[in-house]
Order: sequence, then structure tokens, then C-alpha cells
Amino acid sequence: MSTIHSKRAARFVADAEKTSWHDATFWSVREKRDKMAQQLPEWEDLREHASQIKKHTITHLADYLEQFSDSLESRGVKVHWAKDAAEFNETVLSILQSHGVTKMVKSKSMLTEECEMNPYLEQHGIDVVETDLGERIIQLLHQKPSHIVMPAIHLKREEVGRMFEEKGISKEKGNYDPTYLTHCARLHLRDQFMQAGAGMTGCNFGVAATGDCVVCTNEGNADMTTSMPKLHIVAMGIEKLVPDYKSLAVFQRLLCRSATGQPTTAFTSHFRQARPGGEMHVVLVDNGRSDMLADTEHWQTLKCMRCGACINTCPVYRRSGGYSYTYFIPGPVGVNLGMLRDPRKYSDNVSACTLCLSCDNVCPSKVGPGSQIYVWRQSLEKLGKADKLKKAMSAGMEYLFDRPAIYTTALKFAPLANYVPDCLTNIGNINAWGIGHAMPEFAKKSFHELWKEGKVK
Amino acid sequence: MRVGLFVPCYVDALYPEAGVATYKLLKHYGLDVEYPERQTCCGQPMANAGFQDKSMKVIESFDELFKDYDYIVAPSASCAAYVKVYYPKILKGKHECVSSGKIMDIVEFLHDVLKVKEVPGKFPHPVSVHNSCHGVRELNLSSPSECNVKPFNKIIDLLQLVDGITIHEPERKDECCGFGGMFSIEEPAVSTRMGEEKIRRHIATGAEYVTGPDSSCLMHMAGIAKKEKMPIKFIHVVQILAAGL
Repeated sequence: MSTIHSKRAARFVADAEKTSWHDATFWSVREKRDKMAQQLPEWEDLREHASQIKKHTITHLADYLEQFSDSLESRGVKVHWAKDAAEFNETVLSILQSHGVTKMVKSKSMLTEECEMNPYLEQHGIDVVETDLGERIIQLLHQKPSHIVMPAIHLKREEVGRMFEEKGISKEKGNYDPTYLTHCARLHLRDQFMQAGAGMTGCNFGVAATGDCVVCTNEGNADMTTSMPKLHIVAMGIEKLVPDYKSLAVFQRLLCRSATGQPTTAFTSHFRQARPGGEMHVVLVDNGRSDMLADTEHWQTLKCMRCGACINTCPVYRRSGGYSYTYFIPGPVGVNLGMLRDPRKYSDNVSACTLCLSCDNVCPSKVGPGSQIYVWRQSLEKLGKADKLKKAMSAGMEYLFDRPAIYTTALKFAPLANYVPDCLTNIGNINAWGIGHAMPEFAKKSFHELWKEGKVK
Repeated sequence: MRVGLFVPCYVDALYPEAGVATYKLLKHYGLDVEYPERQTCCGQPMANAGFQDKSMKVIESFDELFKDYDYIVAPSASCAAYVKVYYPKILKGKHECVSSGKIMDIVEFLHDVLKVKEVPGKFPHPVSVHNSCHGVRELNLSSPSECNVKPFNKIIDLLQLVDGITIHEPERKDECCGFGGMFSIEEPAVSTRMGEEKIRRHIATGAEYVTGPDSSCLMHMAGIAKKEKMPIKFIHVVQILAAGL
């Protein structure tokens, strides 16, 4: 009966110390976020604004996309449209090949993860180098990000240091000082920037009115990525648009406060056109987004700006880690995005939610990821993915609750269950409650019985 | 004022004392309280598990059974929240939902409608308040820690009227305890881990009792505390308020 998430989570939790560390790390990010939210008296208004702006933009998407691309093209930027991951990957490859590029540096982009671009380009002989420090570390370790904003958060500095030694990035054996390791990474990446023939960035926001591609980073790596190579490719999902600078300001105030608890990212760069002698390409990717927009129950998920606040606050994520989820984005929004991607393939993550709704409250654009998970659960049976035990229990309850007379009689006999010793019910497969709990005791007389007997006075 | 008393299924079977305390308290304030006997459940357990269709009939009968009362009062924030928040969406297109506008958790009812200034209860013990998720985030019994709103807590407002009591809140005052209905059997490892941490934070306040408006969270934590022999007791907030009756 267990989902893949629940099995992997059980393995994660088995290491109690690591679980405590993981939970505390993300709880501190949540606390930093709370502090930021408390400092702005207009915080809740900003969230409502952001939600409305996103709703407006995605329901007028065709117009804004046209405005955005016209504006870019008027300055000589080449705009490409990709309907799915395959088309996106092919587009990027053909741009690179037509320029004879064999090495590309890139800043962080969850869209390229979604489209599995790196392995595709590597198969075609392109060396793709991640330049966000966390992304570079997991790339060198051949791992996947465990979090969308802090991709290497699951690693300890010793693990990073040892890998840097193996790769020759660090020369001083046994020096795992974070400042030293960061310095080594800086030198290593500097070479990559110098050698690359192209630089790719993601795009946090596309400003329709002016055709700006806005990229927010803390490491300045996006700026290095675009200042060294002459060829700049922007990878962006079509939902990343905002109408104008005024609306951008709303998101700019929310994004980093929600994501990491900083007032703003260290670098916020607007890319509008190629620099002299260079070329700039923007690839706008649909890859299922139009279908999400048409989904009357789940279109809200398109309002997501990938800040990760819902992941940080999720009590289940904090205690099960990013790798317990089967979709590459974990936590509440990942559960939703996975279901939108392929509900049959990713339904195992729907169990990872207590419906505590803390995520709904932190979400800066009011996606309501927790409330949405409730809705997804209702679709599992139709998908043939409903849990058999939960279904049987629900059917049993339905039978009782729809028949008040039988329900009352059942309550009368329920206390007999109190005489079943715990040792008989503590069988994990049959009674999952018994794994962590003693059985609750039925009252000798239910409220119903006490009432009937006139004892409630 | 006619009040319909709703004693949710698991309170009925496991914690009738919370139902009795609710009834006594409402009578103490001079209200006309009735208990419609054909009630069973609000439908939440099946729906949260993904089987809202199996709750349809019980939702329909609930709405019908309680339609003539001025208020429906229940000693269970989560069940009250389900009726209030979900019923209108579920019944949309079928008929108007009556019960969602009338349902209240007992804390909400005492605080917002009766605006009580005295309670009969004496309770000379230190307690730690369990701000349960649906009480906080669906019924607004207290200000959610995520939101930039003026801090308030209706549970604490009421408990402060109790003679002799000392009130604490745990660190991470409204983090989930990990019950989540069938979450606790589908994801038992994480559920138990969350419960253990929550209990430890309650114990760290020095409280003798954990108290809250949801017996379901209390049941989850009590089950873990009993199994692991952790030194803390659990009591529904309404039993403290009605302790002198």
C-alpha cells in the first residue's frame, strides 16, 4: 500500500540525526522568510497583487507573448518557440551547432532540468557547464538537485571538498573550509567562462512591455555567463511573463524574501539585447503549459514563480528530503507540477501531504499548492492509482456513516476492540497506525449512548 | 437561539467527554441545545484520502439534518472547517449549502458569538496550546505564523478566563503534528517523526497537559506518547473551559 514517497521517506527518517539537520536547515530558511514578511506592512497586499497580476497575465498570455517577442525582435534578438521539451532541446542544439560551439556555460534554470537538456546536448558533443555553485557541485557528482533554489543543500562541505580534491579543483588536501572551497570553485569556473562559446541563462521574469529578460542570482554567475561568450541563449517558460515594470516591482519584492529570506538577490540583471558583436536568442517553451492553462481545476499552478517557499515550510519535505519525491521538483509545488506533467507517472508524491496548508500561506502568488493536492487526491481513483487500503477504509466508513442505526450499534460494540492487546495489532503491513502509535481506546459508552440514556445533562 | 450540537464520529466513539463538556458549557450559557441523533460524520476522512464521492451522501444528510438551527457547534476545528470550507464547493451546482454558514467550532462560537467573559472552569495546571492546522489556517482560531497579520489567539483568550491555569505555546507554535487523517497510515514514518517532535516541543514548555480544539491531533500525539512513554497528558480545550461543571 505504500507509495514510493512513503518508502523513501521511511529510509530518510531512519537516519534521525540527518533528518534533524535537514529539518532545522529548512526551518531556518522559513524563519528568515517570516522575518522578511513581517517587515513589510503591505506583505499580504503584495501577495494578493502578485496573484492577480499572474492570473491576468496568463489569461491574456497570447497578447503578452506577442508584445514581448515583438519588443525583443525590434532590437535584433532572435525569438524561438518550442512546443515541447524535444523541440526546445533541438532548437538549442541547432543554435549551438550553427555557431560551432562545443562548450556552453549556463546559469541556473529549472526549465532545462524539466526538458533534460544537459544530457541531450552532451550526447551531441556539447560540454555543458553549470556555473551556479550548487548546480556545478551536483553536476560534478552526477546527482540531481534536491531543492530548486538550494540544489546541493543535502551535501556536507566534507563531501564537496573530497570531490573537489578528486577533480583537481582543490589542491590543499583535507581543507574543507567553505571560503577556501568557494575560492577554488571560482578559479575553476573562471576558466570555464573564458573557454565557453555560448552562455545560457534562465529567466525569472519576462517583461512584456519592454522585452526584458530578468535574471535574479546571488552569485553573479548569470552575468559572467553573458559577459564572456558572445552568444547568449535565454531559456524560458511562457508563463514567466509579467506585463510591465510596475508589476515586475511587485514580484521583485516577493521573490527573494520568499525564497531565501533576503530582501533581494545580490544581482538582478535585465537582458534586452545582444552586446556589440554578439547574438542573443530567446527560446520560449510551452511543454505542457498551455494544457495547464486549460485545466479548470489546476490552472493556478501556472502562477508559480519557483521561489521554493512552499518546499521550505512543508513539514513533510523537511523530514523526507528532496530525493523522496519521484518528480525532479519536490515539496508541495512539485507534487502539483508532477501531476500536471504526467499524473500516472508521478502520483506517488500525492501522499506526501498532511493538508496542513502552511504552503498556501507562504506562497507569494497564492497558488494554493496544499489545497490543490486535496483536489489531485480525488482524481487518483480514476487514474487507477488509488490506495487499496485507504479505499477499503473509506468504503467501510461510507457504509457506516450513511446508516445512522448501524453506526450507533457499531459504536456500542467498538469498546470490545480495547481488549485486543497491542502486540496483536502491531503488524506494520496490516496496521500502519501501530508502527508509531499505541491504539486509542474506545470510550465505554459513546456520546450517542450517553445521550440516549439521558446521561448528558 | 437554537444550537445544533455536532459531535463528530471519532469524538463520539473515543472522546465522548469532549461532547459532554461542549453540551454542558452551552447549557451553562443558557442556550437551547439540541443533538440530532441521526448524525454521524462530516465526510472529511474519506475525502482527504481521495474519496470525496464516498462522502456525498453523508454531506447531503448533514446539510439537511442541521438546516433549521441558528448555529451548528462542534468540539472539533477540523470537522467544522471541512463543513465550512469544503461543503459549499462540493454542493455547488446541486443546491445551496446551508450548514457551511452556520457551523462553528466551540472555541470560535464562545469567542465570537457569545463573547464570553467568564468560564466555569478551574484548572490549576500548566498547559501547552496545540494550534491545530485547520483551526489556524481554515477557521482563523489564531493568527497563522506565516502571515503578516496582527497576532491573536482565540483559544488563549478563552483559556485566560480559567482560574489557576498557566498557558504556554510550544516553539514553532502552529507547525503540523503529522496526523493528517489517513496520512498517518500512508506515511507512518514521517507522521510519527512529526508527532514525536511536536510532543517534545510541548513537553519543553513545562506543561502537564497539551490542549487544543482538535481531538484528532491529540489522539495522534497521545498514541505516540503512550507508545514511547513520554510524560505528558492530553485534554480537549472545551473540557478545561467546562472543568467546573
